[in-house]
Amino acid sequence: MMFYLFAAVAVVASLLVIGQRNPIYSVLLLIASFGALSGLYVLLDAPFVAVIQIVVYAGAIMVLFLFVVMLLNAPHEDTEQDERVHPLIRRGAMRFGAVLAVALIVELWWALMKAGETGEFGNASVSSVAAIGQLLFTDYAFPFEVTSILILVALVGAVVLARRDPAGAAALRRR
Amino acid sequence: MSTLLVAQIVLTLFVFVMLLNSAAVMVYVERKVAAALQQRLGPYLVGPKGLLQPLADIVKLMFKEELRPRAADAFLFALAPIISATCAFAAFAVVPFGGETTLFGLLPEGLRLQVADVNVAILVVFAIASMSVYGIVLAGWSSNSKYALLGGLRSSAQMISYELSYGLALASVLVVAGSLSLTDIVNGQSGTWFGVLPRWFIFIQPLAFLIYLTAGIAETNRAPFDFPEAEQELVAGYHTEYSSMSFAMFFLAEYVNMVTVSAVATDLFLGGWHGPFLPESLGWIWFLVKVAAILFFYVWMRWTLPRYRYDQLMRFGWKVLLPLGVVNLLVTAAGVLYFAR
Amino acid sequence: MPALSQYLVLSALLFSIGAAGVFVRRNLITILLSIEIMLNAVNLTFVAFGRALGSADGQIIVFFVMTVAAAEAAVGLAIVIALFRHRESLNPDAFTTLRW
Repeated sequence: MMFYLFAAVAVVASLLVIGQRNPIYSVLLLIASFGALSGLYVLLDAPFVAVIQIVVYAGAIMVLFLFVVMLLNAPHEDTEQDERVHPLIRRGAMRFGAVLAVALIVELWWALMKAGETGEFGNASVSSVAAIGQLLFTDYAFPFEVTSILILVALVGAVVLARRDPAGAAALRRR
Repeated sequence: MSTLLVAQIVLTLFVFVMLLNSAAVMVYVERKVAAALQQRLGPYLVGPKGLLQPLADIVKLMFKEELRPRAADAFLFALAPIISATCAFAAFAVVPFGGETTLFGLLPEGLRLQVADVNVAILVVFAIASMSVYGIVLAGWSSNSKYALLGGLRSSAQMISYELSYGLALASVLVVAGSLSLTDIVNGQSGTWFGVLPRWFIFIQPLAFLIYLTAGIAETNRAPFDFPEAEQELVAGYHTEYSSMSFAMFFLAEYVNMVTVSAVATDLFLGGWHGPFLPESLGWIWFLVKVAAILFFYVWMRWTLPRYRYDQLMRFGWKVLLPLGVVNLLVTAAGVLYFAR
Repeated sequence: MPALSQYLVLSALLFSIGAAGVFVRRNLITILLSIEIMLNAVNLTFVAFGRALGSADGQIIVFFVMTVAAAEAAVGLAIVIALFRHRESLNPDAFTTLRW
């Protein structure tokens, strides 16, 4: 029963995220969706991943999104004439996009119907946080270290890309 | 319904009511201690020795008019204090404050004094602390006012910066204790060395304690890290436009956050509810004493130290506290490996 | 405990919602949010299969996916900021010409 509750919240929140016009509400709805997913992870006996989801996704990445939305003070998506027409009928990119989305949904549905009824969860051993830690530092030690370099690269890249750089741009123009 | 279930429900309600009361008590304690530090009297008119002053404050706040700026986003304006207050209370749900107790024989078996015994309790506290950033940033944004927005953005940037050092201090304790469950960590601090020095983690991890407390003060936006809500700088920061009960909820959230940080610090570093002379089931008395000591330290800090300027604050968090936390973690891990052999 | 297939259906649904968002929305930030939805759907699949097969590998891969998602969100938002500073618009259609 909890599964249906969390699943419903996640789906409805995600639908509203892509349907909302105000970007701040989109971000908040996505946080609600992440919360529901965190609940699902708890149901799947993965409390560590559930808490990490809240800490990393809902607590850090979404704060980043919120800051950017507030800093840019972006206007709402333009209410052009197109918005009142159904996506499948609109001209250009949106019509193509809507068709692609429908095609993807149909394909996924077909694939799942083909697979048949996959079984119940067995009484397989539930991993503890200690087991995850051990795996991370033995079998997956290399990806772990590479991930830290990835984060360093992302850190430097984000700072450089978002910098207001009059000296650099002036140098470029001089060339 | 079994007595244990009833006892659990009563315990949850009890914790909630006690947190509310603790905020009221803290209001009084803060003003009295501030007065003592400044050699004046503090509140003394309302009730004997001014003890009913918090009640008067609450009644005053309830009767004030609830204002909302016209250009403010109504939904977010109403949601922000709710998020702040909810996260403040929710974080205390996984903090144990006493050993097993049978309430003097009323219960068939021991009831642990903890609302929810989760085996990743420390991470849950950390997660909910990172969610409380939203209350502040949404309050700043939805007020649609310069002071509020600046205060909100600065405050939330400060909170997410100090979360890193907070987490590193927690990680150091984790390495020593070997478990994420707060109950296990407290139970690992029972007993004494040489019969006289209690096995508290503060003696093994003094630097982590200092880092944790400093980061905790910064997380709860208290002096000397309260630049974003300082009266002289930003009117009142992110809660400039709030009045009446919404303001009271922010106030409440701040004090309950202080209590939670103190309670977690007590559990992690000061041995929780273990203490001499009292049996396990009355350990909550010791817990109360230790939490009260840390809360007094909080209030003392506020009225003694001058405020950090915002850039000094951020520099301190990133360039001093974070490297200290990392070094502490490395040394701790090396020490644990060495002594475990 | 719901069957594995129910988790997979939910994950597929979330993935297609995210994909629909990427295709249909004309706001850079909403497109990035939809990418995050897709990554979360994938995380759910990994954790569900990890539980079904009884190994912790599912959770470990989720750990890495989250880290990569964080890095990608940071860099993507930095790019959005740089673009916005230049053209004052968050509509991807405003950036179709190759001229800067």
